[in-house]
Order: sequence, then C-alpha cells, then structure tokens
Amino acid sequence: MSRAGSAGRLPVILTIIVSLMLMVMPLPDWAMPFRPDWVALTLIYWAMMLPRTWSVGTAWMIGIVLDVAQGTILGQHALALCFIVFITVRFHLLMRVFPMQQLTATVFAILALYQFVLFWINGVAGIDAPPVKYWGPVISGTLFWPVVSLLLSGVRLRVRHGR
Amino acid sequence: MVASRTDSSNPARIPALGIRLIVLLFASIVLMVLDHRQNHLGAVRQAIGTAVYPLQVIVDSPFRLWEWARDSTADRNQLQLELSRLQAERLLTNARLQRMTALEAENARLRDLLEARAQVRDEVRVAEIMAVDANPYRHNIVIDIGEREGAYDGQAIVDVAGVIGQIIETGLTTSQAMLISDPSHSLPVEVNRNGLRTIANGTGEFGRLVLPFVTNNADIRPGDLLVTSGLGGAFPAGYPVAIIDTVNRIPQEPFADVTATPAAALDQVREVMLIWSSAQPREEKPGAEEPNDE
Repeated sequence: MSRAGSAGRLPVILTIIVSLMLMVMPLPDWAMPFRPDWVALTLIYWAMMLPRTWSVGTAWMIGIVLDVAQGTILGQHALALCFIVFITVRFHLLMRVFPMQQLTATVFAILALYQFVLFWINGVAGIDAPPVKYWGPVISGTLFWPVVSLLLSGVRLRVRHGR
Repeated sequence: MVASRTDSSNPARIPALGIRLIVLLFASIVLMVLDHRQNHLGAVRQAIGTAVYPLQVIVDSPFRLWEWARDSTADRNQLQLELSRLQAERLLTNARLQRMTALEAENARLRDLLEARAQVRDEVRVAEIMAVDANPYRHNIVIDIGEREGAYDGQAIVDVAGVIGQIIETGLTTSQAMLISDPSHSLPVEVNRNGLRTIANGTGEFGRLVLPFVTNNADIRPGDLLVTSGLGGAFPAGYPVAIIDTVNRIPQEPFADVTATPAAALDQVREVMLIWSSAQPREEKPGAEEPNDE
C-alpha cells in the first residue's frame, strides 16, 4: 500500500501543483482569511497514505516554493510543512484506521499546529497579522478535509488500479 | 526528492525520519536567518520565482481570458457610448494639457531665475496587477513587470489617483510590491496646502492611513490633500497620497490622532504605473522596450 513506483508519482505531483495554484488563486476580500491551506491538506494526505515516497523532504521543497510564491520569509512554510508532515508520517498507521470524524479532528489539531509554527516565526520576525488570518485557514481547512481526502483517495485508487 | 526505500520488515518504521527532520528544520532556520536578517538570498528567490512564474500565469489566465472575452463581445452601443465618453474626456484633458505646457514653461523660467535645480520629468510605464494573491500576512500585490524591464527594489508605484505602494522584490518578469496600507509601510508626505511634512503609516486596512507624528498645534484639517514629499528618496515628490479624514487633538498627548483615506482605491485597481524618478536613473537592460515617456 505504501509503495509507489515512479509511474505513481506523476498524479501526486499534479495534485500538489494544483494545491499550489489554489494557494495563489485570487479570492474576494472577505474570503481571503479563510483560504484553506490546500498544500498542507494535500501533503498531509499523501504523507499519511504513501509515507515512504512523500515525506519531510518533499514537504520542505514544496514549502520553499510556497515561500517564494507568497513572498513570505524563505523557509517559513518549509519549516512548518516539514514539521506537520513529520507528525503525520510518525502516526500514519494510526491515522489510517481512524474513522472520518476522528481523522478530521486530528487534521484540525495538525493544522492548528501548522498555523502556530507560522505565527511563531512571524512573531520572531516582527510581522504582525490579525488572529483571523491564523484561525481562518484552520477552520476552513478542517471543513474541507473530508472533500480533499475523498478527491485524493479517488486519485490514489485510480493510479493503483491503472497499474 | 526523498529516497524511496524498499519495505523493511516493520512497516511503521520510516528510515532515518527523525534525522532528516532535524537536518531540514536546521536548514529552514538557516535560510530564514539569511533571508530575513541579511537579505542574502535575492538570487535564490529569483531562481525559484522563475520556476513559479508559469503557475502564476496559469492562475492569472482565466481572469485575463474573461476580460478579453468581455471586451471583444461588448456590443456596438456600449462601445459607441464609451467612445464618445473617451472623446469628451480627451478634449477636456487636452485643454488642461495646453495650460499645463504654458505653466511648465513658466515654472522652468522661474526656476531658472531662482537658479534652482531643474525639475526632470519622471518616466512611467504601465504595469498590470496579476490576479495572484501574495503573502497572506501582508498587503502585497504581484505585478507583471520585472527586472528585465528595469524595475528595481523600492521603486514607486502609482495609479491615476495617487500613490499605491513600492516594489519590495523583483523577479525576472514579475515583481512583488507592498501597498501603502501595509502596517509596516511608512511614507514621507507633506500637506499640499502648507507644506507641513510628516509620515503616513499603513494600518492594514485598505481605506485608512494614520499620521502618528503630527503635533497638536499643527495646521492640518480634514480635507487636506497629502502629497509625497520626496524626502525618503524612494518616492518622487508631488504625487497625491491621501486626503485627511479626521483630526483628533488630544490635549494631554504630544501628538494628535490623525487618519487619512488613500487617494487611490488600493483594493480595486488593476492597472498601475511604475515610476522611474529622475533621482534614480533607469538602467536599461538589453532587449527592454522603450517606455512611453509622459
């Protein structure tokens, strides 16, 4: 289950690229603080399902790309993504057998941790942002998690049967 | 990419995960320190930014396509209406320009008499804001002009109504700019009516700036126009910035509580102008287009 050959990599890379695009997609002003962390959600899913291929190294590189795309401090998202992916990989067997409610609650905790790391780095760097910008993505990300995991498991199953 | 190993006997064990995490966390911290404290990583950012550029174009393209489709399917009536409106506007502007030429000549003559430094015109070039959201914690925009066209860090950006912000990071073909409404942005301004100099800070709201250093007895009142003073060096002088909104004089405090509304609609513009001011000679890169001198 956790082994993916090189043929299985392309779809995963595509989902990550789509998630990056969703991160820079313009939203109306009221919705901006509630943009789910698509990249974090996608990486959590793949780290949970295919932890041998998609783990902290991928998370770090995607994080650097995200930092450049968003103009945040270089390394900020890299560190935060690395950290949450580590936690996901560490507990991936446990998370896989969780029922959906419990898994969603876990994802909520992971996203909160992610935003806390970002918040903490911003604090050290002296960047001030209203709290809604930290809590908004956690709430919306948790709400979107069931949909995202459903879509991504569709991708995963198709890839597996295709081979 | 992470090396994918073959399955070991224990499926729960991912080899060397902790060590990799520690190495990567350390690498991130080093990067952050280099980037934030020393600003050493411009080239790295630019290289990765070039790789991100296609992503931004793809995200931006549906919006461009929509605009193009709307423009090309606008009906005849509407076009005619717009045409007549534009013609009327052009007549008006031309009339104003005539007076302007005379005034400019007079100004140059007077400056000559006073032996003051001649005012050089600023070069401008129109840029478009890309439909791409940047840093969620700041008021940033991405524009479609980069280092290749001669944009530089700290360059001033205005629109038809007033100052928008300045470039904080240049890529090869795109740049990131900070709006004047960003909480960490400060702009040296003066009151147009009497030349009172002060600083305008962003607040994090698009429609509000604050002037924290106006003394209680200063001659400033609601409705006053603030223009750039040109003292900071980044912005050329004389561009409108904001209109004073409220002046609240608090007797026991050293400074009055003054707020202003930006002249430009910061959250609505799509086309902006980059200014190459006379103080900062433009470095022409080979292959760059001629800017339209205005």
